[in-house]
Amino acid sequence: MRLGGRDVAETAFRMEARGVSKIFGTHKALDTVDFGLLAGEVHALLGENGAGKSTLIKILTGAYQPDGGEVLVDGTPVHLDSPLHAQSFGIGTVYQEVNLLPNRSVAENLFLGHQPTRFGLVDRKRMNKDARVLLKRYGLEIDPASELGSHSVAVQQIVAIARAVQLSGKVLILDEPTASLDRDEVQRLFEVVASLKRDGLAIVFITHFLDQVFALADRVTILRNGKLVDTSRLSDLTRTELVRKMLGKDIAFSGSTSLEAQRPVTDVLLEFKNYGRKRSVRPFTLTIHKGEVIGVAGLLGSGRTEMARVMFGIDPSDEGSVTLNGKPISIRAATDAIAHGFGFCPEDRKADGIFGDLSVRENIVIALQGKLGWFRALNRDEQLDLAGQFGESMDIRAASLDMPVKLLSGGNQQKVILARWLATDPAFLILDEPTRGIDVGAHAEIVRTINRLRDDGMALVVISSEIDEVVAYSSRVVVMRDREMVAELRGEDISPAVIVQAIATHGEATSEETAA
Amino acid sequence: MTRISFGRILNTQTIALVSVLLLNWILFPGFFKIEWQDGRLFGSLIDVLNRGAPVAILAIGMTAVIATKGVDLSVGAVMAMSGAVAATLVVAGYSGPVAVGGALAVGLACGLWNGILVAVLDIQPIIATLVLMVAGRGIAQLITEGSIVTFSDPTLIFIGTGSFLGMPMPVVIAFALMVLVTLAVRKTAIGLFIEAVGINRSAATLAGIRSRLLLISVYSVSGLCAAIAGIIVAGDIRGADANNAGLWLELDAILAAVIGGTSLLGGRFSIPMSVIGALIIQAMNTGILVSGYPPEFNLVVKAGIITVILMIQSPLAGQVLGFFGRKKSGASR
Repeated sequence: MRLGGRDVAETAFRMEARGVSKIFGTHKALDTVDFGLLAGEVHALLGENGAGKSTLIKILTGAYQPDGGEVLVDGTPVHLDSPLHAQSFGIGTVYQEVNLLPNRSVAENLFLGHQPTRFGLVDRKRMNKDARVLLKRYGLEIDPASELGSHSVAVQQIVAIARAVQLSGKVLILDEPTASLDRDEVQRLFEVVASLKRDGLAIVFITHFLDQVFALADRVTILRNGKLVDTSRLSDLTRTELVRKMLGKDIAFSGSTSLEAQRPVTDVLLEFKNYGRKRSVRPFTLTIHKGEVIGVAGLLGSGRTEMARVMFGIDPSDEGSVTLNGKPISIRAATDAIAHGFGFCPEDRKADGIFGDLSVRENIVIALQGKLGWFRALNRDEQLDLAGQFGESMDIRAASLDMPVKLLSGGNQQKVILARWLATDPAFLILDEPTRGIDVGAHAEIVRTINRLRDDGMALVVISSEIDEVVAYSSRVVVMRDREMVAELRGEDISPAVIVQAIATHGEATSEETAA
Repeated sequence: MTRISFGRILNTQTIALVSVLLLNWILFPGFFKIEWQDGRLFGSLIDVLNRGAPVAILAIGMTAVIATKGVDLSVGAVMAMSGAVAATLVVAGYSGPVAVGGALAVGLACGLWNGILVAVLDIQPIIATLVLMVAGRGIAQLITEGSIVTFSDPTLIFIGTGSFLGMPMPVVIAFALMVLVTLAVRKTAIGLFIEAVGINRSAATLAGIRSRLLLISVYSVSGLCAAIAGIIVAGDIRGADANNAGLWLELDAILAAVIGGTSLLGGRFSIPMSVIGALIIQAMNTGILVSGYPPEFNLVVKAGIITVILMIQSPLAGQVLGFFGRKKSGASR
């Protein structure tokens, strides 16, 4: 524990993780991380995808056992076998998705497993009365006999918290509790959390929204790539410092822009005007030229992936218009987008990208075959030709084009998905985190490909958390925050410092709302 | 190494079929005897093909459905419905071809219904098709008004019991369907798309495959196959028995597809292998009948043999065979 940790006596920690590590296969998900939680504080846990947040939480709640280090509750080392076992030590968790029974009453959900009984039967009357008293403490005036599912997600979330506190009572872990709430509901939840904090509960708060961290948390712990970056008081940190720590930009910025990327472009390919989708991404206006890479920067949950999904028609827009080469077009589904020459490499390669059991060859030809339709089938020779050609240009390392793609490394799988779209000869390509979780060699190959495609006149939108990378290949950079496009940077403004500043800047509108 | 495992997957089903047939021959020496009589072939082997045809036809549609990570539990009930419709139409005075057309239309409609429930309303296939599995038999009973509707229409009887080039009609129809559907999925991109949707529907949609249309089509083909099997069964007994036609055959069809190497988790599939799977099931049924064992043994023996086949195909057996295959042949035990 560095900042903000050592100034309190060690024994004052309600819960502590000392040097915990967790290894999956060869991958160190958590590397000797220290984490100390005080009674009566809200402690935010921050980090991008793969930083190790959820691994740490799972160790604290007993879902995982650490491979190294120890967990202490009130200064005593404990071995937590399961979440239920952790509960007996006073540790409760509330997840993003409410884990309750929507078809049972509020009171039943609160007391499930330890209902008050009379003559061996559930004493419904007393249960409802107890529930009413309990809910009142949380500022909820709802009928305890009503079905839980009939209430808003926020109310369900508060019921889940009430249940967790009731059962555990020392430590409360809130894993992205606000992800599916609107602003008023978030406010309501915050009041509950603040009052629990006053009661002396130790609260861990995980979120992607920086505004909420500053509004609610006392201290913050930042993880990156499984390692502890820092623990400090929020009052000692500026937003910019916080973002820098999360993105790993705590030393000197090394990124520099590429001259090729800054070459003037004139031919407009696409124009999105006030294009957006409710509850997904606020309307944005963006002009994309041929031979241009638009870098999209922003933290996880900032709306960057949502923007890509709306552009590609997976979640069709409900506002605004789009023109292609000056002509208005309509994109209601991925097939529409592909017919207009779009391509999209999704963020989650495994869930949305590869067909694990299909061969490398089939994985490469499938988008082109999808474009050709059911009846104009590419025969085996044509498929091998295409797969060979694009496999070579992308430098895909596969023993055979007929081996299942699931046997390839992550980097090679990513190259297969890129090759799949290049085979369709697209005019516009959207890449969502194309370099995440892949080895250095594949990383360099993909960045090289982005540069090559741009110089060949393709238009690209590339979403990435790697700011140096975005700076290196982007002609323009769009910054997303709170599901909104908040900045469009060009020329000299494309630098890590300006981008981090734009991601972190506390917008006027949001500051008023969170202060209220 | 690659050659060995490739050969093993390719041949498990055929080896199993040959083994079951040889076992039948040991138990009943006349098993392979085939005679020419009244312009058609007779014999136990022909009987296996003839009796196996309805399940083989169901398995053709079922395989495509399972490859999309679905399942069609309604095929047995659809058989009962199509038989009931065909019988009721000829009894009401319509011609044989009209009755066949009506029965096929019912099968298609059932398939469309299943497909829409699965693809558009996103209901889990096992539940979506369970609806028609239960309701379909009820509808069939309503159509036949609870009785067995008998008929003497020559077209329907020919489909059920006639012969073509010496082969029983059901065998001819099943073979033609197998060739037709196999060509339809392998000479077009449909087979690849079915596998893609089964392995990863989300990725398939993102890659521009119209997965909804594909799913609806696949369930429709399964409904059509069930209707054809229903007409054959009705023609064979010259009547529509809504209570018993196709009863539990959906399970045989699923089993045939699984024996044929299609995973219930979707993906790779082979229609000819599923047809062989259906024949393995029928060869066991016939074998127990002709060998003189009491028919009570049928289900138990069948379960035992199927367990062995599935064990040989299991990933664990693959590993065991991979490591010890050369040392001892009985590694699958």
